[in-house]
Amino acid sequence: MFSARERFLDTNENTGQVQTHSNLKYRFRLNFYDTPPIEDITIEEFETCALDRLRVLAEIESSFARNRPYDELKTITLAQCQKYLPLHSSSAITVDTDAERRKDHIGHFVLRLAFCRSEELRRRFVKAETALFRIRYESDDREERGKFLGSRDFDWIKVSDGERKVYKEQLAAAAPTAKEVNVDNENYYKVKWTRVPDLVEKRRVFLKGGYAYVPSREQSSIVFQEFQTSLTKALEMTAKALPRLDEDTRIVPILNNLSQGFLAGVSSEWSTASSTEGDGITADMVEDLARRHFPACMRNLQETMRRDRHLKHFGRWQYGLFLKASRWVLGLPIEEAIAFWRKSFSNIQEDKFNKEYRYNIRHLYGLEGKRANYPAKSCTQILTTDQPGSSDSHGCPYRHFSADNLQTALLSMYSSQGLTAADLPEIMNTVKAGHYHVACTRVFEITHASRGVKKGEGVGDGESVTHPNQYAARSRELERGKAEAAKAEADGDVVMG
Amino acid sequence: MSITEDTESPSPELMLAFYRRLYPFRSIFGWLNHEHAPTRLFTHREFSFTLQGDIYLRYHSFNTADDLKKQVCSLNPTRFEIGPVYSARPRDKKTVRPAAFTPTLRELVFDIDMTDYDTIRTCCSGADICARCWVFIAAAVRVLDEGIREQFGYKHLLWVYSGRRGIHLWISDREAMELTDEQRRALVGWMTVIQGGKEMHKKVNVRTGSRPLPPSLQTALNSLAEVFGELILTDQDCFASREGWEALLRLIPDTGIVKELREKWDTGPHRSSSEKWEDLKDQGRKYKGTPRRTALQTAMEDIILQYTYPRLDAEVSKHRNHLLKAPFCIHPKTGRVCVPVDPNRIDDFRPERVPTVGQLLRELDEIATTDQAEGAEHHSDWEKTSLKPYVEALDKHVMALMEETRRAKRKTDLTW
Ligand code: SF4
Ligand SMILES: [Zn+2]
Repeated sequence: MFSARERFLDTNENTGQVQTHSNLKYRFRLNFYDTPPIEDITIEEFETCALDRLRVLAEIESSFARNRPYDELKTITLAQCQKYLPLHSSSAITVDTDAERRKDHIGHFVLRLAFCRSEELRRRFVKAETALFRIRYESDDREERGKFLGSRDFDWIKVSDGERKVYKEQLAAAAPTAKEVNVDNENYYKVKWTRVPDLVEKRRVFLKGGYAYVPSREQSSIVFQEFQTSLTKALEMTAKALPRLDEDTRIVPILNNLSQGFLAGVSSEWSTASSTEGDGITADMVEDLARRHFPACMRNLQETMRRDRHLKHFGRWQYGLFLKASRWVLGLPIEEAIAFWRKSFSNIQEDKFNKEYRYNIRHLYGLEGKRANYPAKSCTQILTTDQPGSSDSHGCPYRHFSADNLQTALLSMYSSQGLTAADLPEIMNTVKAGHYHVACTRVFEITHASRGVKKGEGVGDGESVTHPNQYAARSRELERGKAEAAKAEADGDVVMG
Repeated sequence: MSITEDTESPSPELMLAFYRRLYPFRSIFGWLNHEHAPTRLFTHREFSFTLQGDIYLRYHSFNTADDLKKQVCSLNPTRFEIGPVYSARPRDKKTVRPAAFTPTLRELVFDIDMTDYDTIRTCCSGADICARCWVFIAAAVRVLDEGIREQFGYKHLLWVYSGRRGIHLWISDREAMELTDEQRRALVGWMTVIQGGKEMHKKVNVRTGSRPLPPSLQTALNSLAEVFGELILTDQDCFASREGWEALLRLIPDTGIVKELREKWDTGPHRSSSEKWEDLKDQGRKYKGTPRRTALQTAMEDIILQYTYPRLDAEVSKHRNHLLKAPFCIHPKTGRVCVPVDPNRIDDFRPERVPTVGQLLRELDEIATTDQAEGAEHHSDWEKTSLKPYVEALDKHVMALMEETRRAKRKTDLTW
């Protein structure tokens, strides 16, 4: 058991008291996260709360990167929240709303620790969190939202009737459309203009003496801005306090993992998402499967191996674990794996293979060495660890290939599945912006258009690629789905087959 | 007549004498520091220097006004610029973590330059400026000064002539100093009306549909309508040439009206700008009570804004880390001092009457020959020259700023 209690207290001066209201510990669904959680948290909770939240935030991030319109972002995020981070209104009786809110609360604060450590991380975290807050705010029950707003001092001054009359004309002229003008029936709030820069920039308020007169219909702007500002400040403070945290060897690796995942735009260890079906893949099937379903990183390894009849160490690990993790996805059992590698390394003498590589493969499967169950590498790991040297073939082509090599490779790998040169500029722009997994997702969409995948749908529900196994699994599922369309439709949820 | 003719590019010797004897370092220190004892506002402030041969030195910082003076005199730059207050001393930049070196505070600054009016003014172009085109700047100053004070509530505005063809505004209110880049962008967005490059004919797009102007622009329009009449229609006679009137017609959305007016002006090419503007108004009267009139009215308002509203160099204002030439520097081409300008008397300001560095030093020489006995005390030499009223203007500005700082301190003392 690990208690994160003192840690949180250390890193935030705002160590408020626990408030107990009615039966619920968390009165509101929405949270401004003014106070950190102060109960004991197990290390497992610490990690799962954070991971689940990260999935949601990472999806928001990649939605920004893909320039999704806000409505789409909202739909996708709500679906993601439903899956990983449900948060019901207080009126929901069949759910443990306290547990949900606690998870929300803890997850937020753990991620603060992970993301406070550089300006860039802070900026991206604040942006994603603010979007999440906004989406929840807009989907909140009106009455509960009213109470939530009432529970916090937003430091806005209600404009008196007298003043409203004096500036009636200006207030009316500031409204963006004639329809919205009804100064007499509208409440206005005065706040320092610096708190609503977005409204000021678009001239959507009346401004006088440094105060913006915000109509109640734009009130949410103040709330979002406030959320953003206070989170930014809190993160800066946490960053200053953080060095003390570095002593705890148990959380630091977790935090590192989390923030790296976010940087790569990747949410989690996809491989842990379990699925039951093992469907008897044999060594002979791999090459064909690769052509139809594998992401660029794995196709590249497969092709390199075919050409060179060999793969270097990191390449073997990356590809081997991928094929193994297919226990859930493809299902390449150990005997088949050995057969597959034996066949692929056809230049290697039987002896040498048995001595060196057989052991290697069994190691990979957890049958030798320290007998660990090595999980397949996620995109994050592939993108950020064990950077390939000049003669290596592992890694992620979107990141580790030069622009011209990447374009050639993509065309040769995927033109039979519908990728054309005309698609390249968009993909290359995304790559240039550093959103490698987004580029990969786009390629997935294009190459699965014939299976009905539309732009923006990603690998299902708008999710982007976070794991090569997820890529392959979804691709196979779509293929199967074609055959059993009826079955897939009956079940709304995604079944990883 | 343009004022560039009678000016001089100052020699390094002149510059050095100016820095040694005339430059008001103490006043500048007070203005940046907001109180007498040095604070981070001064010590963590970036200064950059442009040396002869366009060598550019960045990230200098100083403890006191004297330190600054010493460095300026030893480098003898052609000019120096003032940047933001950083979270660490700029001169330590190389030794601190990059994360610990970020801009924190900075005056809100604006830059208005005559070249942005080249498509409108008919009297001069490029680097030239005359009393007639200064009227554009004067109008811009009035609108901006009033808008910032009225709408944003800032009080400590310092206008500084840029030495040739433009003007800078420095706002030192605490809140203005603290604005984030995002807030600066918002404020600039609020203030910006003229948008779009050369290829964009209609540069004013501030309405949603046919809605009235936003209230702040309505106020600006009221005062600019007058400027438009005097400056655009009469003095600059902007629509006299075919090129001028075609530019005007491009801003009228009603093709019927455009056609009619073009025929009329083609056959009577000597109609003055005022007469042409009257022709437009006549069209309005003709369509009284119809949507065509409303549309024309709207277009005419937008035209007034397009020809007279301040044209801001937005990039300068948006980022805290932008450097801007310090007041009282010498313009390297004209030799004129970048002096403070009183916005209330902006109409009387004559760029060509601003002292040049050569003139100031001649004034000093004359005094020296008349009373040699006085001798040593150099730092108040400016009092004996025509620089005096300008330094006094800055000092007055500084006093108000310091008073404000004292008041703010007293207030926090009380709240403790
Ligand atoms: S983004 Fe992930 S799945 Fe796609 S190629 Fe790169 S590592 Fe492989
Ligand atoms: Zn002129």
